[in-house]
Amino acid sequence: MSTNTHTVSALVEDHPGVLNRVSSLFRRRGFNIESLAVGTTEEPGISRMTIVVEGPPNIADQVQKQLDKLIDVVTVETLNEDESVVRELALIKVACRPDQRREILDVVDIFRGSVVDVSTTTVIIQLTAAADTLNALIENLRPYGIREMVRTGRIALARGPRTTATHQHETEEERRFHQEIGRLPEGELPFSSK
Amino acid sequence: MVMMSGADILLESLKRLGVDTIFGYPGGAVLPLYDRFPAHPEIHHVLVRHEQAAGHAADGYARASGRLGVALATSGPGATNLVTAITNAQMDSVPTLFITGNVIRALIGRDGFQEADITGITMPTVKHNYLVMQAQDIARTIAEAAYLATTGRKGAVHVDIPKDVFIEQAEFEWPEHVSVRGYRIPGKADAESVREAAAIINAAERPVIFAGHGIIQADAAEELRRFAERGGIPILNTLLGLGGIPQDHALSYGMMGMHGSYWANHTASAADVIIGLGMRMDDRAMGRFADMNPTAKIVHVDIDPAEHGKNLFTLCPVVGDVKQVLPQLTDAIEKRSHVEWIRWIDTLRSEHRHSMMVPPGNELTTQYAVSKIAEFAGREAIFTTGVGQHQMWAAQFMDISRPRQFITSGGLGTMGFEVPAAMGAQAACRDRQVWTICGDGGFQMTFQEIATMVDERLPVKMAIMNNGFLGMVRQWQELFHNDNYVSVAMSQPDFVKIAEAYGIRGIRVSDQSQVEDAIREAAADPGPVILDFQVTAEENVWPMVPSGAALKETIEGPQRVTR
Repeated sequence: MSTNTHTVSALVEDHPGVLNRVSSLFRRRGFNIESLAVGTTEEPGISRMTIVVEGPPNIADQVQKQLDKLIDVVTVETLNEDESVVRELALIKVACRPDQRREILDVVDIFRGSVVDVSTTTVIIQLTAAADTLNALIENLRPYGIREMVRTGRIALARGPRTTATHQHETEEERRFHQEIGRLPEGELPFSSK
Repeated sequence: MVMMSGADILLESLKRLGVDTIFGYPGGAVLPLYDRFPAHPEIHHVLVRHEQAAGHAADGYARASGRLGVALATSGPGATNLVTAITNAQMDSVPTLFITGNVIRALIGRDGFQEADITGITMPTVKHNYLVMQAQDIARTIAEAAYLATTGRKGAVHVDIPKDVFIEQAEFEWPEHVSVRGYRIPGKADAESVREAAAIINAAERPVIFAGHGIIQADAAEELRRFAERGGIPILNTLLGLGGIPQDHALSYGMMGMHGSYWANHTASAADVIIGLGMRMDDRAMGRFADMNPTAKIVHVDIDPAEHGKNLFTLCPVVGDVKQVLPQLTDAIEKRSHVEWIRWIDTLRSEHRHSMMVPPGNELTTQYAVSKIAEFAGREAIFTTGVGQHQMWAAQFMDISRPRQFITSGGLGTMGFEVPAAMGAQAACRDRQVWTICGDGGFQMTFQEIATMVDERLPVKMAIMNNGFLGMVRQWQELFHNDNYVSVAMSQPDFVKIAEAYGIRGIRVSDQSQVEDAIREAAADPGPVILDFQVTAEENVWPMVPSGAALKETIEGPQRVTR
């Protein structure tokens, strides 16, 4: 069976432990996470997780259903990459003598990246792009010496007016209930575990 | 609005849910809660002797009655002792609520005395869990927890409450409405999937039903019978599905799976359409997935969509509650009788009946003992079992014909489940006779609960199938590890003296001729009774599908391995 990556997008309740529940599910079921990105959304109390899963084509269905079983997961869908905008941000610190700057900048320009920090021996390059483009830039920079690097993991949204939003599954009344009184106010832990 | 302590809010909330029995064990972190029990006499607290038993008792209580089972433990070791019971209840989708105390809020995360990260520990084994950090959240949390445990695919929900939250004062506000955002409860199936399923079933020549625990959990035995009768479709049960259809029903062909009958397993393998109802295509029931029946079309009705396609490719997944979906399907299918197919199965059954018979002769076998217990106790009784050979023989030879009659640990396979589960079942159903069929190994894991039964006047009849071995492990060592018996022979205490030590009746049965009298005597005794059945030592459970083999590779015997 061919191995592939699948981009799963989940809206989750912003509770302590929700990341733990999701990562624990992946570990337990033997699903392979390539990347996981979490951030806030337009709706207070709701975060979006974008999870890239590696595995055979039928795994996305199980991943999606198992995630949906988690009580804290509000909605989940697998995004078709052709019909989505998929991006990742990378910061790459490259060894760079002053006389090499021009050359490196030319490479960065081709990829529409930018230089965000310069020292006498290094530059930091920032690029937001699809994973393939990032990989291509990294290959082109490798000969100069990559000192260190960080990538955010993929984030994605469906193209066009279609949305993955909480309201797809609830009536206006339910929505109000969930937003106003339906959720527990969080107590403070002595050490923030969020 | 009334101000109350967190402890009162918790107990008040449980009362609102109709909880009248809690199995628990006190300790430091739950002292403020225990302090308030006397003020809430509507809730009866059963003091167990080990927290694991509290959990299994809540589990047995729930399975016997269909109501929410509740167990309570203190922080740290009390809480970790619940983990097996929590996992057991969740694996078999039993509606249970587990409440634990924890160290005071200021000590959480500081490795306080008797602190365990029990929400972290149970996270992968529960349907959902909560750490409640303020008293004002308790009522809503308990309402939500019970709602999650008892709806949809039922399961174990755990609520952890720090000690000082029990003391904190807050307004008691019982939520009138519970709704959880990421949680939807499937009910009826959508019309399209019903149409599709009906078309597949109507076109079938050799259809078969796999009826699982969902039939019992959803109280859908009547709906199952009507559906099967209209479609003329034979029914096989999973282990936990036993009781979903009476064994003497014309379309009932008994248990399938690793120790299912030859005819059941071959029927499963020869069918052209498989209709899974409230079951999860578990490996013990299905054998080797790839060869279970690769050409059959699978219609799978389950309340949990994640079960569709998890283990086997499902042509027609139907999401819904079997109790609601079965009438939809019954209306949509044509009346059939499948005469030839049923005749084929009947012939198979009559040709292979011998491999599912109580061994002839006058030796005292487990098969004989359990079939006699079932015969004397009858269908109104409740039977629990542990895990292993005696469990399989109980499933094979007891007449399990009523939902909630048979309570056994299926998914997790927990030895030691039998005694506390029986105690819980008896607490839920005081007017029924409760028998627990025990192995001598499993019995020794949890028999400390006899003391609880004595305190609580729970007259459970404990039938130990004493063969001096961990029988199923021994069987596997014999068959798959060249007779290399390692750590399976077990010395036993004198079980009759154990009974005496607890002040209850103990009866030793060492000969077949004593069985009936012993059962009668135990049934007539008003208290708990231990029956020590000294059964043949090296008996094997047949038929058997070896681990990793296909159902159609069922081995029927030898009835007895001569050594």
